[in-house]
Amino acid sequence: MSFLGKITLDAIPLHDPILVVTMIGIALGGLILLGLITKYKKWGVLWHGWITSVDHKRLGVMYIILALIMLFRGFSDAILMRSQLALATNGSPGYLPPEHYDQIFTAHGVIMIIFMAMPFMVGLMNIILPLQIGARDVAFPFLNNLSFWLTASGAILMNISLVFGEFAKTGWVAYPPLSELTFSPGVGVDYYIWALQISGLGTLLTSVNFLVTVFKMRAPGMTLMKMPIFTWTCTWANILIAASFPILTAVLAMLTLDRYMDFHFFTNDLGGNSMMYINLFWAWGHPEVYILVLPAFGIFSEIISTFTGKRLFGYKSMIYASGAISILGFVVWLHHFFTMGSSANVNAFFGVMTMIIAVPTGVKLFNWLFTIYRGRLRITVPVLWTLGFMVTFTIGGMTGVLLAIPGADYVLHNSLFLIAHFHNTIIGGAVFGYLAGFAFWFPKAMGFKLNEKWGKVSFWCWIVGFFVAFMPLYVLGFLGMTRRLNHTNTPEWNFWLYLAAVGAIIIMFGIIAQVIQLYVSFRDREALDDETGDPWNGHTLEWATASPPQAYNFAVIPHVDDIDAWTDMKEKGQAYITKSSYSPIHMPKNTSAGVLMGAALTIFCFAMVWHIWWLAGAGLIGAIAVFIKRCYCNDVDYYVQPDEILETEQAFNLSGREGVKA
Amino acid sequence: MSTLSADLASTNVDAVSTHDDHHDHHDTSGDTVFGFWLYLMTDCLLFASFFATYAVLFMNTAGGVSGKDIFELDFVAVETAALLLSSITFGFAMIAAQGQKKALTLAWLLVTFCLGAVFIGMEIYEFHHLIVNGHGPQHSAFLSSFFALVGLHGLHVTAGLIWMTIMMIEVVRRGLGKATVTRLSCLSLFWHFLDIVWICVFTVVYLMGAM
Amino acid sequence: MLIRNLCNIALASIVLTLSGCKGGVLDPKGQIGYDEKNLIIIATVLMLLVVIPVIVMTLYFAWKYRDTQTHEIYAPKWAHSTKIEAVVWAVPIIIVIILGVITWESTHRLDPYKPLEGKGEHITVEVVSLNWKWLFIYPEQGIATVNELVFPTNVPVEFKITSESTMNSFFIPQLGSQIYSMAGMQTKLHLIANEPGTFKGISANYSGAGFSGMKFNAIATPTQAGFDDWVSNVKAQGNTLTKDAYYQLAEPTENHPVTYYGNVEDNLFHTIIMKFMVHMSGKSDISEMKGMDHKMDEHADHSGHSEHSEHSAHSSHTQGEE
Repeated sequence: MSFLGKITLDAIPLHDPILVVTMIGIALGGLILLGLITKYKKWGVLWHGWITSVDHKRLGVMYIILALIMLFRGFSDAILMRSQLALATNGSPGYLPPEHYDQIFTAHGVIMIIFMAMPFMVGLMNIILPLQIGARDVAFPFLNNLSFWLTASGAILMNISLVFGEFAKTGWVAYPPLSELTFSPGVGVDYYIWALQISGLGTLLTSVNFLVTVFKMRAPGMTLMKMPIFTWTCTWANILIAASFPILTAVLAMLTLDRYMDFHFFTNDLGGNSMMYINLFWAWGHPEVYILVLPAFGIFSEIISTFTGKRLFGYKSMIYASGAISILGFVVWLHHFFTMGSSANVNAFFGVMTMIIAVPTGVKLFNWLFTIYRGRLRITVPVLWTLGFMVTFTIGGMTGVLLAIPGADYVLHNSLFLIAHFHNTIIGGAVFGYLAGFAFWFPKAMGFKLNEKWGKVSFWCWIVGFFVAFMPLYVLGFLGMTRRLNHTNTPEWNFWLYLAAVGAIIIMFGIIAQVIQLYVSFRDREALDDETGDPWNGHTLEWATASPPQAYNFAVIPHVDDIDAWTDMKEKGQAYITKSSYSPIHMPKNTSAGVLMGAALTIFCFAMVWHIWWLAGAGLIGAIAVFIKRCYCNDVDYYVQPDEILETEQAFNLSGREGVKA
Repeated sequence: MSTLSADLASTNVDAVSTHDDHHDHHDTSGDTVFGFWLYLMTDCLLFASFFATYAVLFMNTAGGVSGKDIFELDFVAVETAALLLSSITFGFAMIAAQGQKKALTLAWLLVTFCLGAVFIGMEIYEFHHLIVNGHGPQHSAFLSSFFALVGLHGLHVTAGLIWMTIMMIEVVRRGLGKATVTRLSCLSLFWHFLDIVWICVFTVVYLMGAM
Repeated sequence: MLIRNLCNIALASIVLTLSGCKGGVLDPKGQIGYDEKNLIIIATVLMLLVVIPVIVMTLYFAWKYRDTQTHEIYAPKWAHSTKIEAVVWAVPIIIVIILGVITWESTHRLDPYKPLEGKGEHITVEVVSLNWKWLFIYPEQGIATVNELVFPTNVPVEFKITSESTMNSFFIPQLGSQIYSMAGMQTKLHLIANEPGTFKGISANYSGAGFSGMKFNAIATPTQAGFDDWVSNVKAQGNTLTKDAYYQLAEPTENHPVTYYGNVEDNLFHTIIMKFMVHMSGKSDISEMKGMDHKMDEHADHSGHSEHSEHSAHSSHTQGEE
């Protein structure tokens, strides 16, 4: 075994012009960024204020930055795929050979689900959930920092595969036997395994952390049935994570053993059974989509009730509906492979269970409708996303129920109809939700509002682009086009493929508009400043803090008497009250253990991918050593002193009261 | 996965007091133990996945050996006894720790450690024995799932032993402070959990396999 | 019923214009395909009964209760109405119950494993997915083809499906259902063409680099005689598919040309499935092998996928006709 394992100079794909240009672009961008940080002397701020921070709000912001970066990467993949399919018609091979194209659609799926949607969701949850329940931080702040760095490690590993070697060419589900060593001898699947494994670990830790936070750290008076709806949906999502991610860990571990140690879990020969992988994968994979979408449902609920100036209609129904979705989410996985040849009874059972999920989902839609009913709806950017969601998601839900009928799935399975369906629910449900939440809570996290005009431009590009890009895919599915084709030779499909490419470009303008929106808002941040901490006249406790919130969130933990706790406080005149004296506040100190462990584990995973055993050992031991050292460290907390609190609170409450008067 | 356990157990030191402003040192050990419980539930599902896979694959011997041919129940019974006994001795260690008896705690921890080491030693011997006799995990899906399931449990026990070593050092150096006792409680939960998992392994894999 | 029929017609016409009525699953040419198309249309219409009102109400409410409409009723604390909640739970439940009944019935009726009744004698084709081409073995005729599938119109065809390597999905969109092909296992599919013609056949499950070229033509000859002619034509090619020739064929190739084999080694299909289990068993002699074969057949049709099976050669189907 050589010193560098399987790495050779060939591992760097210098033969592929697209990748070389990408690499040069990334290298230049990176250098410019590093140069700017050095020039403005921001290294200290970056390290002490962000990288080592255990503050849930800052970690949340970092999660969202990660998600946005990965959105750009994943979306570039989408553009590449759509343009390839628009060019590779009538027998033309297009410009992306299968060798490259197959990596792109695999990477697109993995990135969008694991490294875009998940961090976006976890980021919003990080920023808002502790604020909503009146907590000063999460239960285990260091663990929270570690979770972020594990997620980031996975993302970094995933992107290293662009420069060193290759990514998996198996599709994002990596079904064996295709993903076994026999058919995928390269390092691509290994990158896939380790990137998912390490970020999955981070996600699992996050769920445990937030479950303890929710169950143990709510403000006095806040019973479970007085918890804000977003917190509730996140809690359901965390329960789902805790219950489903171990299955992913297990199934990836088995695939690892198959590939690294010649085990036979899923191989064709010696008794392996690839169907076991497919079952276990979806026993995680199906709950995963509810993990993504439930928090988005919570965001829409918060937005609708805030911008109608009304209570949420059917709060309890909403909670029970979310619970029903969570539980049913575990008994429907087989609908991902009705065509495997299960008996009619089995297929029919899973089909009907899947449809039942439409009931609680339908209830939610009606409840949002009746929240708007007799309200005063302010049509802002978050509301536009919500309305766009309600229209789009309804269609996606309908096509989902259609696919749940085995008889229909027999002809629509794996077709572009399916692709259209899940983009319809994941973009129209989850992503619209995160973007709505992004616009809604941006002022809370950053202290200034986002520019409305560019937000609206972005929304309209997204939604028009979405329909132009994905409705053709429904048609193509009916026309018999299956997924993951590299090129086509069917003239009837051409028009729809061109149209879908145009749609993707319109979405691209939506993303560009968002970048412009961020730039314009940052430029005009003084004018868009949110001094009151409550720019939308919100209902829940996150709006009781400054924007951005004080490091300790609440100088005094509020007492909660109502579901809409902040509205209740405002009505009772308990808002913006400064006390004459404060008790010192106990806060966690920053730590570099999380980032160091993340770095060590990235090295471990990278070395495992390339079979550099000594380096893998060093990485793993390094991570464990940092961890043990951290465990033995006693210098982990500090106190915020009363006079400092008093000063901060006086300033904030003054501007808050002025804001209310104005 | 196994580092997780130590992870949660240790984080109590930086958990923040949030419930009450008036107490300087809020008691967060409850949160830690609850968090550790949740972690154990996720670990339980990890084992469940491996059990399910074993249940599906254990007949797939690919013409090679089956459980009947390779399991030596007497040997495994001794192994099992060592682990079960170690759970009891850990219980004594915890009673001693609650009573702030440092030396006694350490003694019982040491006994527990030795029993755990016996268990792991026997397991390594069993694995080695199987592999040199040509029944390594690469020979059939049954052997793969057997080695993975039992090996996963063995890895957990090994992690538990490492954690126990660290805890013994901590008890020696820092005594039985509140944080240390909380960590010991987490480790004891972990240890008993592994015991329960082993009972399932013993029943499902060895007893049912040898029948 | 009248409304449903009208809706059916309306929707069907929209869909047909949309798809240009050429190829695809909404342009079926066989009974299974017809039934599945109707199922899609009925289910869609039923769901539109909820979906259209929701979309219309969303836009209407958002418009009616926008903040500039100060003359509209404003009820900020109104958040519960048992009546409305009962309705919003009941409506989806009713729709799902109806859909559930349809699903249960249609899933059993359209079960790919179920032989097509009342259509006369069927013919059997054994299908093997290879990297990256389709092998069709006709056990009754003793011939085999690559990337071309021929059968007579109005005769039910029973497909026995397996894979040499990765998982694929055997799919002729215009005839209906697809089923996975998996190595060491046998799955089944029953189809029929009620109109003669040439239909596209594909793999509907990604299987690696040459996947896009894994296409074949499924030709339904107008008459039995036409099929017989084609068979004798294939036979006339000579060319025997022996085990060795098969392994040569199994080597990965892309866009493989149509190939005919006038003869096929006996039980080749069986051998292909079995090789994943006999591979390393030094113990089994011939008689044991036969026993295993028999068991395999049983498993192929009877074992549920969550059950344990003695061999890897089991399919996930719990229902069979043996």
